[in-house]
Amino acid sequence: MLAEQQMWQYRVAKHLRRGVLYTVLLAGAVIMMLPFIWMITSSIKAPHEMTLRTIQWLPAVPQWQNYKIAWEAAPFEIYFQNSFLIAITVMFIEVIFSSLAAYAFAKLNFFGKNFLFLLFLGTMMIPGEVMLIPNYITMVNFGWVDTYWALIVPWTVSVFSIFLLRQFFLSIPHELFEAAILDGCSKLKYLITVMLPLSKPALVTVMLFKFIGSWNSFLWVLIMTNTPAMRTIPVGLTYFVSDVGSYYNYLMAASTFAMAPILILFLLLQKQFIQGIARTGLKG
Amino acid sequence: MLRIPMEMKTKKYWKQTFEAYMYLLPAFIILGMFSFYPVVKSIYMSFFDWSLLRERQYFVGLENYERILGDSVFRTAISNTLRYVIAYVPLSISLGLIVAVLLNSKIRFRGPLRVAYFLPWVTSSVAISMVWRWIYNQHYGLLNMMLAGLSSVVNTVVEFVTLGHVSGLWQFSNPNWLMEPRWTIINIVIISVWQSMGYNMIIFLAGLQNIPHELYEAAQVDGASPWQSFWKITLPLISPTTFFISIISIIGAFKLFTEIYVLYTGRPGPVNSGMTIVYYVYRNAFERYRMGYASAAAYILFAIIFIFTLVQMRASRRRIHYGS
Repeated sequence: MLAEQQMWQYRVAKHLRRGVLYTVLLAGAVIMMLPFIWMITSSIKAPHEMTLRTIQWLPAVPQWQNYKIAWEAAPFEIYFQNSFLIAITVMFIEVIFSSLAAYAFAKLNFFGKNFLFLLFLGTMMIPGEVMLIPNYITMVNFGWVDTYWALIVPWTVSVFSIFLLRQFFLSIPHELFEAAILDGCSKLKYLITVMLPLSKPALVTVMLFKFIGSWNSFLWVLIMTNTPAMRTIPVGLTYFVSDVGSYYNYLMAASTFAMAPILILFLLLQKQFIQGIARTGLKG
Repeated sequence: MLRIPMEMKTKKYWKQTFEAYMYLLPAFIILGMFSFYPVVKSIYMSFFDWSLLRERQYFVGLENYERILGDSVFRTAISNTLRYVIAYVPLSISLGLIVAVLLNSKIRFRGPLRVAYFLPWVTSSVAISMVWRWIYNQHYGLLNMMLAGLSSVVNTVVEFVTLGHVSGLWQFSNPNWLMEPRWTIINIVIISVWQSMGYNMIIFLAGLQNIPHELYEAAQVDGASPWQSFWKITLPLISPTTFFISIISIIGAFKLFTEIYVLYTGRPGPVNSGMTIVYYVYRNAFERYRMGYASAAAYILFAIIFIFTLVQMRASRRRIHYGS
């Protein structure tokens, strides 16, 4: 009898604990999602629904035209084109440059290797803000202010990517490399035909990080652009605020489409993403 | 690999050196132009009265540093940044760890829950700060409306429990979150914790998976409560991850700028309550064109971050448990 009762108590306690666990996690997730939900529902509300004193989650009639109005109120088409163009270009150039550098650090023996590697890593210690001002002056001297050059070229190398790729390259057996070289395979060919295909997960991580970093980057674009023709989405969005003021339904519509590409990309590549981040943490 | 035997320093070795440099060349050129050079140039500029509006620049020695350290706005910037770092870093890390530990148990919907917690991290700070500006709105914002609802629930419950003796316990008056200086840093802390917690959670989850399950089983057999297991097993064994995350978070936190800029539409909050070190650099360089002065301020930021990182490395060296 006693054993049965204990068993029963144990089960109740277990279910209770589960229940609490689920409630806490779900409540937390709902709180995390609230700003997104509020953004989207606000974006389809009519003006008078934006000035209610009590919470109204859904609009009486969804005002989808808010998106059209917001889209046409500022040159968002140009902002999007710029953001895509810059993010994709930076992403591809960066992955090429970083792979080349990482390959040298991982597989080749050369004079000054350790020194150069430490020099590269050292730049990760220095906050970008320290380099901001001289870089701005460089851009002025090059005549690159308000051009794509300024928004692309300085971002085509990241030491973080080089480091990440090098770690991954090191994990590929060195015997493979030696055998291929003995067989007369050139080093570049080995990189392209063996190394890179084997490193797909690391490459995807590096590219994803770069794309998102570029899409969301703000301060540099803010100081490097003067005209709407060169602005990217985040910077364009801040100018949009000063234009439409407190029409929050349009602002929320604009915020929604500004986030949409990254959110879709994330939902599609969730797994690669989360594994990539876990990788950066473990190797750091 | 470190020591190269003499016989390797042959023609082949130098040939390979040349080859390696070719691979490194693109990265080296870009880093040289946009990282190595500006780091040196910046310290050089910080000793000058440097303006973009004229040809000649004037050497002023340490005057920029003296003036910055004597500037009350800079002191405000330091204190605001520090208050932000002190509030944000522990909150973001501990919440990330708690959610990671909860998610690490065998539960259903782990994937979707993980996505929900992580989603804010991928979104643009600009767009999301815009959304929070709307949430913080005094009259029509979600926050005040929810707090008003909560206060009336609390009051009703209290009134009912005390049989009507206590009524109107929580007098809710719509705080104007974005206009009152005392809320500025708290507003930003809430946004940042919300945005970064999921990232910490993912890294903690990866770390938690490296802790051998047998340890927990053994502890359970010995009669340890989950609470005890957390303090005696999880926390010590996760400490390298915690250390990594805290370094990353502190460095990131010291660079606070975008959220302030967007939440307060291009101003450092009411009466400089959102003035941060990076905002100070930005304002002096790109609104006042005092490039030398701003460079000096940027170097002070670098020094502060450097000291913090160093102190943390020292302090945690003894306490971190690196498993074999």
